[in-house]
Amino acid sequence: MKFLKFLFVGIIFGIVLVKSEAVSWYRIYEMFKFESFHMYGIIGTAIGTGVILLLIAKQLKLNNLEGNQMKVPLKDKGVFRYIIGGTLFGLGWALAGACPGPMYILVGTGAFSVLIVIAAALVGTYVYGIIKDKLPH
Amino acid sequence: MEHILQPWPWYVSGPLIALIMFTLIYLGKTFGMSSNLRTLCAIGGAGKKVKFFHFDWRSQLWNLIVVLGALIGGFIAHQFLSVPTHIDLNPKTIEDLSQLGFENAGQSLLPAELYSWDAVFSLKGILILVIGGLLVGFGTRYAGGCTSGHAITGLSSLQRPSLIAVIGFFIGGLIMTHLLFPLIFG
Repeated sequence: MKFLKFLFVGIIFGIVLVKSEAVSWYRIYEMFKFESFHMYGIIGTAIGTGVILLLIAKQLKLNNLEGNQMKVPLKDKGVFRYIIGGTLFGLGWALAGACPGPMYILVGTGAFSVLIVIAAALVGTYVYGIIKDKLPH
Repeated sequence: MEHILQPWPWYVSGPLIALIMFTLIYLGKTFGMSSNLRTLCAIGGAGKKVKFFHFDWRSQLWNLIVVLGALIGGFIAHQFLSVPTHIDLNPKTIEDLSQLGFENAGQSLLPAELYSWDAVFSLKGILILVIGGLLVGFGTRYAGGCTSGHAITGLSSLQRPSLIAVIGFFIGGLIMTHLLFPLIFG
């Protein structure tokens, strides 16, 4: 039962991303061609709303459900891993037109060939795990 | 109901995505989809061989439940909350794609040229999906997050590493779309 709330959040997430068309390969292509405001509008208003919500939570010292102060996990400091890892991610994002959330959502819409992208992404993650300590971060 | 069945405008979808992020933080978790790939590797037994996957994956089960929900949400939205409609792409985009050999752009979520079974069972087709997936899986872990973790959560909390990662996302995406697509599909 304690997982029910996460299932619910996931369902809303899946519905929003389908209805916004953010799961569409075409929308990602159009975004990288700068030929539509649609994706920038989604990401921009998501960040704008997110900034406001998180600032309110911080100012009011709101607690989370577990009774601790609400907080966002901080990313490690660094530049290299973010620019190089980010670029590799971007290459794949534009090619497959799907990032790690939409992949599963697309399977839900009946696009079962996306399972190949998921399988390859698992292999990619596994390869990172193997060579992680040899990579500059 | 009519409004729900039509595609949702960006100014509705964006704030809803922020609410999803905020809800997960309120529940004591965070909004990060790519972590699930690591968790799935761990469940598959990768922790026995590779230290990176040696962690208590049960503590991440909640996130897999979010993924399961997302999949169900995709099903619900597609089956019950959508009327057949084209994606309202820029006509210029449709023309660009036509020159790359993509017909019927916007008439489905994914191009048949990449995701139909005919495409999947061609050498070029399978290579595109596999290489795309490998880059996403490797890149997201190297960068420590994806669109949800960096672009939405990281930028909403004004974190510099996430800004750098998102700049990287765009460098990669622009190189692929503008430089490599004409070579791959031209």
